[in-house]
Amino acid sequence: MSKELIVSGKAARPGGLAFAALFVAFSLFLLSQLGAQTTASPSSQLFSRPSFWPAVGVAGMTAFGVLHLFAERKNRHGGAKEALVWIRALEYLLWFMAYVWIVPVIGYLLATLAFAALLSVRVGYRTWPPVLGATALGFCVVLVFKAFLSVKIPGGAIYDALPEGIGNFMIVNF
Amino acid sequence: MDLLVSSLAILARWDVVAALLVGSVGGVLIGAIPGVGPAVAIAILLPATFSLDPIVGLTALLGIYGSSMYGGAIPAILINTPGTAVNALTTYEGTPMTRRGEARRALSLAYSASFCGGVFSVACLIALSPVLAKIAPMFGSREIFLAALLGIVLVILSHRGQVLAAGMTSCFGIWIGTIGLEPVKYSQRYTFGQSWLAGGVDLIVVVLGLFAISQAFLLLVEDDKFSKAEGIGGGLFAGFRELLRHKRVAAVSSSFGVAMGMIPGVGEFTAQFLSYTYAQKTSEAPEDFGNGSPEGLVASEAANNAVPAAAMIPLLALGIPGEALTAMMLSVFYVHSVVPGPQLFQSQLDFVVALYIALLILNVLVVAFLLVSTNQLLRVIEIPTRFLGVAILVLSFVGVYSLRNSAIDCAIAAGFGVLGFALKRLSLPIVPIILGMVLGGIMEIKLRTSMMRVDSPVDFINRPIAFILFVIILIVVGAHVRSAWLKYRIGKESSNGG
Repeated sequence: MSKELIVSGKAARPGGLAFAALFVAFSLFLLSQLGAQTTASPSSQLFSRPSFWPAVGVAGMTAFGVLHLFAERKNRHGGAKEALVWIRALEYLLWFMAYVWIVPVIGYLLATLAFAALLSVRVGYRTWPPVLGATALGFCVVLVFKAFLSVKIPGGAIYDALPEGIGNFMIVNF
Repeated sequence: MDLLVSSLAILARWDVVAALLVGSVGGVLIGAIPGVGPAVAIAILLPATFSLDPIVGLTALLGIYGSSMYGGAIPAILINTPGTAVNALTTYEGTPMTRRGEARRALSLAYSASFCGGVFSVACLIALSPVLAKIAPMFGSREIFLAALLGIVLVILSHRGQVLAAGMTSCFGIWIGTIGLEPVKYSQRYTFGQSWLAGGVDLIVVVLGLFAISQAFLLLVEDDKFSKAEGIGGGLFAGFRELLRHKRVAAVSSSFGVAMGMIPGVGEFTAQFLSYTYAQKTSEAPEDFGNGSPEGLVASEAANNAVPAAAMIPLLALGIPGEALTAMMLSVFYVHSVVPGPQLFQSQLDFVVALYIALLILNVLVVAFLLVSTNQLLRVIEIPTRFLGVAILVLSFVGVYSLRNSAIDCAIAAGFGVLGFALKRLSLPIVPIILGMVLGGIMEIKLRTSMMRVDSPVDFINRPIAFILFVIILIVVGAHVRSAWLKYRIGKESSNGG
């Protein structure tokens, strides 16, 4: 159950209609692809067909989605403004994917320090304490997860350029 | 006695002790920071626990789950901001108490009520374990299918005012769970010819996206929020004495927590709602509720903290998670090839009891920690929210990337992050997506297995437990349809009259 169950109840939120319309469009697209994207196997029992559960899911999405869209039909305020906020979130998605892309190149440690510092500047911190704090946090995360817990994150291509002993140390710990 | 000894032997390891400490202290810290919450923390830590023994990983995760609500009460009482979503009701009573200079009393009472709920819940579970060990084997494929179906139905219907949205997100979860190779005939489902979709969409990737990355996006996009809490003077033991004056409310609320925790898809909010309503209706001063009533605070916190241990029942006994956090824990079992369900109670009851004892120890550790460190904990409340967003995004990367070193997993998680962000902005429910994914997968397998053994649909419910579950589903759905119809008629009559 969610927080909103008690806290906000049924209050209409800006963008609700746009989201409901997008959801129904996506559901209808999936429904149109049911035959092409699943195997019906008519010889087998209905419940055993590979297409049965996707059909349950997509039919449910469409039915509930249409009813939800109907319920939201009068909620037309603030949709465009809210869509802009959703687009702002896409910027941080790009930041995250850039971080993902750069880790195998410059290594987990450098990438994390750079990502934490630059992102803290991007979100508005202009003084040293929060930027250094974010960088220190990045260092601690690398230390705890990579050096102590040995989670599987490959070494950066840049480590190949280091002398063998240091390179191995960096691959194992950072 | 032998069972107790062998259960304690499972826990008598340094790594388990470390997990207990990390889970209890970490959970309190995470709970005390508004905007993070146990779901985000567990989602991030989940892949790191895969390399640990199941008892170690589960103890740490259970610790975070169980202790976060203790920590969540601190900002709820002191700055009117619930640390975790389930502490929302605590603000109704805690904040007015703080305003009239009773912050220490409110915190002390919240800790003692939470401790009461937590310990009561574990005691119930230990007492119930032998019974569960007898009942659980009566659940065959069709009973587990019906229990999972009941879970889905309850998840949808318990989102009052948002039933349609919960229905569509549940079905979305069911659909996501079907993407990839179908488990029996190995045909492709909704892969659109993409090889990276053939393995399906990993639950952890979805969980991290919907809970952690979406929360980071939310914190980064919104304005920075700074909170400041005043320090607390004096000791915090007095609440344990005061709790004795509210023992009836504490006992009933804890019982509601246990009962609601055991039912898949229900959980803390319903337990809190029922406990709070009970406390108000039976109180000698119902007018104080909402204005700083100690009874209301006890009801809210005792019910909350009784849920985590009880929520493990459907997971351990039937392999059915009742909410998002236990759904995440299910993956820890699967990674270690420990299959929760009826056989676990028969073959590894000592493991189950060890988990309960770990929960009991956790409650003691958490209270001890809080009694000496509440003033120091107030510092974490002051962390600016955008800084938290940066931290969550950095931590989310470890969670997703360490699974398979896959950039595609990261892209999928980020995509679900945007979806979760939109859902959170719209106040639409997210948890049904996770439960749809998990319960949908269970239902597909169990329905297929059980239908092979029945000749007609009526045979499906010819066993007592199956029949009872079927009747409960009918009653729950029927009652909801009836109440929706009555509401519609009343609305229509009032609009005609007006």
